[in-house]
Amino acid sequence: MAEVLVLVDHVDGEVKKVTYELLTAARALGEPSAVVVGAPGTAGKVKDSLASYGAAKVYVAESDDANGYLVTPKVDALSAVAEQASPAAVLVAATSEGKEVAGRLAIRLGGGLLVDAVGINSDGSVDQSIFGGAFSVKAKAAKGTPVISVRPGGVEAEAADGAAAEETVSLPAVDAAKSAKITGVEPVVGGDRPELTEASIVVSGGRGVGSAEKFDVIEKLADSLGAAVGASRAAVDSGYYPAQFQVGQTGKTVSPQLYVALGISGAIQHRAGMQTSKTIVAVNKDAEAPIFEIADFGVVGDLFNVAPQLTDEVAKRKG
Amino acid sequence: MTNIVVLVKQVPDTYSERKLSDSDHTLDRESADAVIDEINERSVEEALKIKEAGEGEVTVLSVGPDRATDAIRKALSMGADKAIHVSDESLHGSDMVATAKVIAAALGKVDSYDLVIAGNEASDGRGGAIPAMLAELLGVPQLTHARQVTVEGTSIKVDRETEDGITHVEASLPAVVSVTEKINEPRYPSFKGIMAAKKKPVETLTVADLGVDAGEVGLGSAWSTVLEASPKPPRTAGQRVEDEGDGGSKVAEYLVGQKLI
Repeated sequence: MAEVLVLVDHVDGEVKKVTYELLTAARALGEPSAVVVGAPGTAGKVKDSLASYGAAKVYVAESDDANGYLVTPKVDALSAVAEQASPAAVLVAATSEGKEVAGRLAIRLGGGLLVDAVGINSDGSVDQSIFGGAFSVKAKAAKGTPVISVRPGGVEAEAADGAAAEETVSLPAVDAAKSAKITGVEPVVGGDRPELTEASIVVSGGRGVGSAEKFDVIEKLADSLGAAVGASRAAVDSGYYPAQFQVGQTGKTVSPQLYVALGISGAIQHRAGMQTSKTIVAVNKDAEAPIFEIADFGVVGDLFNVAPQLTDEVAKRKG
Repeated sequence: MTNIVVLVKQVPDTYSERKLSDSDHTLDRESADAVIDEINERSVEEALKIKEAGEGEVTVLSVGPDRATDAIRKALSMGADKAIHVSDESLHGSDMVATAKVIAAALGKVDSYDLVIAGNEASDGRGGAIPAMLAELLGVPQLTHARQVTVEGTSIKVDRETEDGITHVEASLPAVVSVTEKINEPRYPSFKGIMAAKKKPVETLTVADLGVDAGEVGLGSAWSTVLEASPKPPRTAGQRVEDEGDGGSKVAEYLVGQKLI
């Protein structure tokens, strides 16, 4: 069976959920092989979890430079493995960095680039959801090795047994004239909350929250649900919540199992970032708010009454 | 002296209804208002700031149909010095790989450049990879998703912001930079700027002028093909209740019924 390469998305050996989604999606096309790029010792930390999601092989590309330069070490590693393995496809997470890795790799391999897939089919085609979920598209690589970025949350991860047989890949020396050197990293301080694009539940607040202090109500509900916190552009522009949590056309696109919109009117700008969520719950004082047109369950009321009560109910059920 | 090329894309306005054409699944450019992509106003602003801090020239580069001249004029009215417009029927339906190759070839027509500045992601395709692909083709460093750019002599430092947090990167020029929404607040063109823009030189080039084979671009030669495209049935409103002091409990009941909690 043909190999399908999956770039492992990890932070210092801590594997992100999207990697398991990629390993699951890869099985539609062949046998998943994980490619680990990182500092020496990374593969040892990630190998077991990759095996439990069906990685037959684990290509290990470790070097001190792997974390020292932007994007290019990952492209170098994937292209080196692709040359020897002739994979059926290469899968990368459709994150900011993943999309860049995929783009460069497609140029290097002369491959077909498919961006932000939400599903991969056994005939090699992929499903995409564009214009903020307004259009569904099916596309396929026309020539070369398909290089596919897959949207976090687009495919549900399913465990499977894999041998995770290790193979070492030697990374070429980084050409400093062609790469940007990383001189410092400040990871997102998200506390214990899941990452916005990876979370299965997102609780967002909008202009109706009214102030930065009152976002506390949104956070408490999010924490009771184990959810990520999001914000509308109006809330971010008003300074209620940091911009990295903005959901919408100009922020993050999320498609969680459950999206709870509190005090968000539902402008087209916001809907473009969340309308592919599986279930949408909205709370808004204004019965005419457009968010209710797309909500599976809506409450016309004051979020400061509804949200705390919901927080208590969730806590009660958790015991 | 810093010579900067700013990449500008004309896109369908995100506030209008965007569609794909029924016939070949490419963007239906007639169905929506066409505007300069918001992020590109920030790219232009950043280029102007760097120019104003020292010396240099800002060239706008756009690949797109004839009417993309409107987007180009907007950039010129903000203060860019001149423009190159690559416009050719054969480009219709080009994918990202072909687009990156055409932009790279067009950069070969600029006398010399120290910096290429793009938006991090266009609001229509949202591929988010053209700047990186361009860096790959040009063999220069990529400093993308910048929320801060500092040019010192022949070196550049960028604070890159993505979902992973902030990464500080540095490289030597020439380089490709892409900017995020947080980089700056773009200026409004002044009346004087708008008038001056009308007289600024815009060089229009075809694919043949770039030395690119027309057979390598366009829909038929794309590395990827759209097989099907259809508008999604709009989401419909579900249940709605008035809060009578039990709104939170009602939501909880609903979520339990849906097995979500």
